[in-house]
Amino acid sequence: MVITEENILKILENVSDPEIPYLSIADMGILRGARIEEDVAIITVTPTYSGCPAMYEIRKRIVEELRANGVERVKVETVLSPAWTTDWMSDEAKEKLKESGIAPPGKTNEFSIDNILNNTDSVACPFCNSDNTEMRAEFSATACKSLYFCNDCDQPFEHFKCH
Amino acid sequence: MTYTDDKLKNAVREYTIRLADDRMILSQRLSELCGHGPILEEDIATTNTALDLLGQAKLYYEKAAELTNENTSADDLVFFRNEREFTNVQIVEQDNGDFAHTIFRQLLFDVYEILLYSDLVNSKDEDLKAIAAKAIKETKYHLRHSRDWMLKLGGGTEESHRRMKDAVDWFWSYSGELFYSDEVDELLINEGIAPDMSKKRDEYYKTVNKILEESELDEMDPDVWMQSGGRNGRHSESLGHILAAMQYLPRSMPDAKW
Repeated sequence: MVITEENILKILENVSDPEIPYLSIADMGILRGARIEEDVAIITVTPTYSGCPAMYEIRKRIVEELRANGVERVKVETVLSPAWTTDWMSDEAKEKLKESGIAPPGKTNEFSIDNILNNTDSVACPFCNSDNTEMRAEFSATACKSLYFCNDCDQPFEHFKCH
Repeated sequence: MTYTDDKLKNAVREYTIRLADDRMILSQRLSELCGHGPILEEDIATTNTALDLLGQAKLYYEKAAELTNENTSADDLVFFRNEREFTNVQIVEQDNGDFAHTIFRQLLFDVYEILLYSDLVNSKDEDLKAIAAKAIKETKYHLRHSRDWMLKLGGGTEESHRRMKDAVDWFWSYSGELFYSDEVDELLINEGIAPDMSKKRDEYYKTVNKILEESELDEMDPDVWMQSGGRNGRHSESLGHILAAMQYLPRSMPDAKW
């Protein structure tokens, strides 16, 4: 197989996010690009959060997946800029989140102390679509999610935060 | 980012280490609550905040190590510097105390951090700019979390109110040091690398006092005697204890690998 950027990106569609296994790192917007320099496949990734503990595992999976497909020389680079945002997640990815019981992120707001302290964004329940929900905790099983409760169907659920 | 002027390079290094030390020490403090939070959700919230701060600290230490020399790593700066070489503000090293103390220390730091990052995202140092753009998004949840508990505890029961008030009294004199400035800051402010935090002081105290008011607590006076010394390596007793816990393993077994 001829190694091209296109082939590499195709192979990397199989690399899933370790914390949300039904989404790929491409769906998540973590995979930023691939290029070939002197026979080395250089893959660029960006962390979701500064301290994201999954980055080590993601880099490892990228190398393993490419090697399993015959791409031996691989280098994974981490870039910070532009900073990762949930606005990069595809609509399809957001739909998959909802199907699995996680309320997907909405559009990000302009950053200001007032917007932070007076946040009135409502989050719809992924099970019954009701807006009659309340936040129970700012942080949930992972840093990128918060914990909500639906007052209509009495279910707790996670919300993937707008970031 | 590389610097040819040694004086400027050293100032950027010093400034970056200050940013790193503040976050590293606060992260270490918060992580003490791992498995010891008052409820499960708070155990998770404080350790998630600790993780964000640790991630930020790592990025700053990596930059500072690069500016030091090629033989220095981020781990060297964390594990093999002594108390007097740490330049964090004293507020971050203070004991967790009760939950009201942990929350008020966090609120004072969170409001400061948002104001700092709001300007640092325009830094002429590309690394500091990129880290700030990443980190500022994380501070949003930290502030919402600490403010939410201010409202709950300040406006809660007589006992929670009393404890919140005690926390405010205890930590207030540590807030002033966040606005400390010396020749390192001055040089970098002039170069467009660091923000001039003295211009943010009024907004800071206005925001904190507004949250105190919402939490049914008395407003506080910013123009009182304040603690200082952390930026010059003078610390309270607490830092020695935290470094002992944090540095014990790599100092006992310097060649140990993760």
